[in-house]
Amino acid sequence: MSGQTVPADFTEHMLDLDEDEDLEVFSKNTSLADESPMPNSPSSMVNQYRLEEDEEEQQQDASAKDIFITVDNPESHVTAIETFILYRVVTKTTRSEFDSSEYEVRRRYQDFLWLRGRLEENHPTLIVPPLPEKFVMKGMVERFNDDFIETRRKALHRFLNKISEHPILSFSQHFKVFLTAQELSSHKKQGPGFLSRMGETVKAMANSVRGVRTRPEEFTQMQEYTEDFSNKICSVDKVTQRIIKEQREYLDELRQYTPTYTQWAESEEDLAEPLKGVASCVERCSKETEEHIHHLSEVLLPALHEYVLCAETVKAVMRRRDNIQADYEAKNEALASRKVDQEALQEEVDGLADRVEQANNALKGDWSRWQDNMRTDLKSAFICTAEKNVEYYEKCLAVWESFLLSQRPEPEEQRDMEDAA
Amino acid sequence: MAEEDTKEDFLVPDGETEQPSADGGAALNIPMVEEGSTLIRRMEICVAEAEKRSGKNAVNMQETFSVYLIETRPMDAVAEGRNLAPDSLWRRYSEFELLRNYLIVTYPYIVVPPLPEKRAEFVWHKLSADNMDPDFVERRRVGLENFLLRVASHPVLSNDKIFYHFLTEEHDWKEVVYETGFQAKADSRLRALSATFRVRNPDKRFMEMKHYSDELQSHTSQLLRARARVADRLYGVYKVHGNYGRVFSEWSAIEKEMGDGLQSAGHHMDAYAASIDDILEEEEHYADQIKEYLFYAEALRAVCRKHELTQFELEMASQDLISKKQQREELATGIVRTFSFKGMTNKLFGQEAPEQRESRLKLLEEMIAEGEETVKEKTVECEEHVERAWVDMQRFREQKDKDLREALINYAVMQISMCKKGIQVWSNAKECFLKM
Repeated sequence: MSGQTVPADFTEHMLDLDEDEDLEVFSKNTSLADESPMPNSPSSMVNQYRLEEDEEEQQQDASAKDIFITVDNPESHVTAIETFILYRVVTKTTRSEFDSSEYEVRRRYQDFLWLRGRLEENHPTLIVPPLPEKFVMKGMVERFNDDFIETRRKALHRFLNKISEHPILSFSQHFKVFLTAQELSSHKKQGPGFLSRMGETVKAMANSVRGVRTRPEEFTQMQEYTEDFSNKICSVDKVTQRIIKEQREYLDELRQYTPTYTQWAESEEDLAEPLKGVASCVERCSKETEEHIHHLSEVLLPALHEYVLCAETVKAVMRRRDNIQADYEAKNEALASRKVDQEALQEEVDGLADRVEQANNALKGDWSRWQDNMRTDLKSAFICTAEKNVEYYEKCLAVWESFLLSQRPEPEEQRDMEDAA
Repeated sequence: MAEEDTKEDFLVPDGETEQPSADGGAALNIPMVEEGSTLIRRMEICVAEAEKRSGKNAVNMQETFSVYLIETRPMDAVAEGRNLAPDSLWRRYSEFELLRNYLIVTYPYIVVPPLPEKRAEFVWHKLSADNMDPDFVERRRVGLENFLLRVASHPVLSNDKIFYHFLTEEHDWKEVVYETGFQAKADSRLRALSATFRVRNPDKRFMEMKHYSDELQSHTSQLLRARARVADRLYGVYKVHGNYGRVFSEWSAIEKEMGDGLQSAGHHMDAYAASIDDILEEEEHYADQIKEYLFYAEALRAVCRKHELTQFELEMASQDLISKKQQREELATGIVRTFSFKGMTNKLFGQEAPEQRESRLKLLEEMIAEGEETVKEKTVECEEHVERAWVDMQRFREQKDKDLREALINYAVMQISMCKKGIQVWSNAKECFLKM
């Protein structure tokens, strides 16, 4: 089952942050790095953005959008020790917090992971958009070939844009640093890093065993919904993968079917022409099938997969919220039983109580936003797929109809046939 | 057997072939009536039903088999609109086989129409290879009817009495067939056709036709195999979409706003998945049309082989006559041109007595006379075969081109129908998604 789950054994996960997941001995074809040329102003980017991302939704009014980010130009970067892919991240913005209106930086997958980690850390009960997985699922796409890099690039692009659209995350300091700093490594080492994160997550694991006393009903409902949604979206994702697989096998057979007509035509005289006609029809339908498969795997599947990952994120958010509440409840109980240090403890408890309230509010706010996004994204992906299916059949229909037309007898022939009957 | 005017332009009915109409839909079952005095003009024939029977077979074991109801009506009754009840009788597949074997042996210069296959071949996974499967039995019924119609509209075969009795006399038909003595001819034919022999001067056209029949056989079987695999895969694609139906339905239960849209979209996915069954069942008709010509190829080949056989026999008879004449000459002149044992012994032990020579010469003359008769017969047989077979092979070629072109057109019509269904389902699904 796909999804970014928090593994039981942490240490491997932690060390991975230093290890390079982009590691690959791979010479990139730089001609791949040919995204459409960047327009000069943020406002002219509105249409550009729409064209590039066919079904990407625009949550905010386009005219209100004051930051535009693109991820493109994946390039292989070779050092003495390793090879990895660097992506170009270009930001154009009119926001005052930014010193300049345009930035261009190079980032690797690891950097994106870092950013996400910091965002989650600072906003434990916000639903941070997911990143594409570190490793591919078997059967999908070969690791580090052009398709994989392109799929990843698109997902990274989406990731940053989703953050930029988020009312809170968009203004995170880490986000700004990610977009603007030429050298990210120095920023990575500052501030609460591994240790506090380790502490947090280890505590989270420990606390997840301990139940919450009185979870507000709405959060229980949220959690139940999230469980169910996760199951459903995983099923849809699996079904879609299966459909793609079946379509590919169908395409393979179609490709072997065409030559049976062409070869037969070679030993025929009058019959050769219609046989070749059918061969040509089957061939053109094969091309359409190929394009359709491309849509399914490049558009529908990534959209579904994003929400498979999202569902896991939301589950984690639910757990963190519970833990925050559990922390507070634990200290609160201690307060009731202890006699000494009541004042200090009281202060701590008050702080934790505030934290609980903050966390709950953040989650409540983000929850409805996430739900709306989910509905919009998936609805648009399904509509697009239905449209593509209609298009596919319409094109095939035209192909066969033109063949029928070509077989219509000449006027004299028609008359002879009618006379004979 | 009446000789048909082969220059007439007649059309052969195709049984279940569907006619494409302007809107791409299909008209059903219009057998085209052709000119000439073939049986089909005088009699309406159909294989109306199929039934299962059980009985004891030759080794007294219980078996189940299918029987087919053949119905016939005089054509003028039909034309006058008289609602006459048809004459009918039941026949087993094995009786059809017997009829065909008789025709092949009796008319070796005719490309005899084939029977539908005995066992289901070129199946894709859904179709069972079971001979009792109702779909298979139904398609066989159609194929048998097609066979009868083809024979009944053939300028030569339609006049055959045995064929007529097959359609009209239920009992004792088998005995009548065996009485023709065709079985003996059938056995020798089988032996001859499977033998390898070298023909010196075969008719080039027949050799080309034989080569063509091999090609036809190979190409049609490849096409059928590839088509079956495509059908199998397409089935998989459609059926997997049924899973969308199930999942959307479950998912809709937990959603508020998206629920209705998802639920109804799911129903359309179910419909989509279900639609493939009819689509592929219809495509079987196309496969059957191609299959008919796969089997026809064999019949065509047999006609060519028969030519080779008669030509070979003629060559052998001529060869034999020549050597006998040479022997006579040697005997008469005493000059030994070729080696013979008699010649050697003569040299070694002296010439034989004049009386012996006379009697041998007389025997030879008899044999030569016989041989000349044989050569004459064989020459006529060969020439007749060539002439009649060439005519029928031309007829066959025209029929084949026409039928297969129609089959290809039908195939296109089926594809169009499938595309239209697809457009409908996905347009509906889109409407549902819009409501999400």
